[in-house]
Amino acid sequence: MTAALLEVCAVSVAFGAPRSKAPKLALRGVSLALPDTPSITAIVGESGSGKTTLTRLLLGLLQPTAGTVLYQGNRLGQLNGAAFAAYRREVQAIFQDPYSVYNPFYKVDRSLLLPLQRFGLVASRDAAYERIRQCLEAVGLRPGDTLGRYPHQLSGGQRQRIMIARALSLRPRVIVADEPVSMVDASLRATILESLYRLKTEQQVSLVYVTHDLTTAYQIADRIVVMFNGEIVEEGDPENVIHAPQHAYTRALVAAVPPPDPTVSWGLDTTEFAA
Amino acid sequence: MTALVQPLLEVRGLRVEFPTARGPARAVDGVSFTLDRGMRLGLVGESGSGKSTTVLALMQLIKAPGRIAGGEARLAGDDLLAMNTAQMRQARFSRIALVPQGAMNSLNPVLTVRAQIDDLLDAHGQKPDPAQRMRHVAGLLQRVGLPETVADQYPHQLSGGMKQRVCIAIAIALSPQVILADEPTSALDVIVQKQVMQTLIHAQKDIGAAIVLVGHDMGLMAQFAHVVGVMYAGRLVEIAPVREIFANPRHPYTRMLISSLPSFATRKVFRGIPGVAPSIVNPPSGCAFHPRCPRAEERCSHEVPADDMLSDAHRVRCHFARVAGPVHAATTLAGTAP
Repeated sequence: MTAALLEVCAVSVAFGAPRSKAPKLALRGVSLALPDTPSITAIVGESGSGKTTLTRLLLGLLQPTAGTVLYQGNRLGQLNGAAFAAYRREVQAIFQDPYSVYNPFYKVDRSLLLPLQRFGLVASRDAAYERIRQCLEAVGLRPGDTLGRYPHQLSGGQRQRIMIARALSLRPRVIVADEPVSMVDASLRATILESLYRLKTEQQVSLVYVTHDLTTAYQIADRIVVMFNGEIVEEGDPENVIHAPQHAYTRALVAAVPPPDPTVSWGLDTTEFAA
Repeated sequence: MTALVQPLLEVRGLRVEFPTARGPARAVDGVSFTLDRGMRLGLVGESGSGKSTTVLALMQLIKAPGRIAGGEARLAGDDLLAMNTAQMRQARFSRIALVPQGAMNSLNPVLTVRAQIDDLLDAHGQKPDPAQRMRHVAGLLQRVGLPETVADQYPHQLSGGMKQRVCIAIAIALSPQVILADEPTSALDVIVQKQVMQTLIHAQKDIGAAIVLVGHDMGLMAQFAHVVGVMYAGRLVEIAPVREIFANPRHPYTRMLISSLPSFATRKVFRGIPGVAPSIVNPPSGCAFHPRCPRAEERCSHEVPADDMLSDAHRVRCHFARVAGPVHAATTLAGTAP
């Protein structure tokens, strides 16, 4: 049996004062393993269900109160310098808000160049730009329309795809994307999801896709994990989770998605308008 | 819907401009629609298409240097755009109310919910009797499904969905004829979104108001709206009853919006809308959609399509609105525009 690529084992996270009698438990004994082969895992749940706390553990931005986080079988806290640097490069993040992640005073080039230089992945500036161009094209952007621009000159969809290109440029094994399309126009969502999906099929990158939108999870995921109140309440193949949900909360989530067809009822109480 | 009844709200040729160094940005460029009593109109479009600006203009809330450059908006006969400051102050919330975008951040953090509702009632000289006012506030909160105790809480003590309902309670406090709701659920998760939409419908029916819902989620519009208007680059490019627009969309942009919707029917099929949103300072010539349009022909690049009335209720701005075509616009780029 091969070790999982990235794994949390029975993790709990408590927020609140250290000796608080009633700490707020954001996660309660959650275990989740990403397989070593490229895959897309969707984590769905409502606000406050613990999705973002779980991603922060996976990204090493937060220590669990109990339990362990393992990267390739090793505890994050015990990785030595070189191994930790490799983890930092191989596990990349994409955040929700494509407006606030950029420094507005610098051209987007800087956000793309810095990580390549910091991780020593390129020998020269020309090599860095070559890599950046490849990655921009991989996410469907034209380098000529993107490089040399300031963030405010680009649309939300372009900025979010640049963030995907930035993550991709570091040759990661896993990208953890926390609500990457929730602040992007509905008309652009399909394009961004396609970029993320192609990372798996064309670049062999695994994806952890965090969302409250079950339809997009169903579109791209190989596995859906449903969280509620700090616990995983259901997980499995998207066909089963969506079309034969076992847990009442999953059924509520499925029912909350408005059917994109006016002839199919969403169950809203509306008496027909008659003028 | 009958021609005999005067519409509740009639917007004609609304134009809003923002001056820029490179010339005026036409955020809203000749938008016309009518709203009947009790009707729910959905306005959809991408960021920058002018949908929010349209509803803000109806309440004269366009901030300088932006200005309403033309048109009229008659609410039961009175032109909202021609009202002076005092008349508009009187009309706001008593005749036409707004549930603002990001209602999460539009409540005053240092005042209780009750103080914020009182503020509105005081400004309009309503319910001066304290006991009567207490009952009114309790009744409003009850209508939006909140316990009366919320009245004495501060916004930070409430969840996002509760704050949104407080905003709905404020919007219906004076029983307006029209409620404008600007992306009221875009910051909420799906379960809360459904609850808030239900609350909005109940509140609307209680007071008999019409609603204009602004959003970019065509799926939500399918369930909420009676009539859907699609905006692109400041223009209303198609408007029709919801079933008609989903069954028979005639503008290529509408078709693409509908076919890009994810559903539980297919997996791993991505139908995005290629290209980027147009500049409204220097929009493409002719039909603003032509650079992204799979149906575009040569004339589209220099000839602005006029409104084509396919029926009393279905209006389209496309040269090919009457040409039979595949619903999913699978046509290749015939006669590519320059």
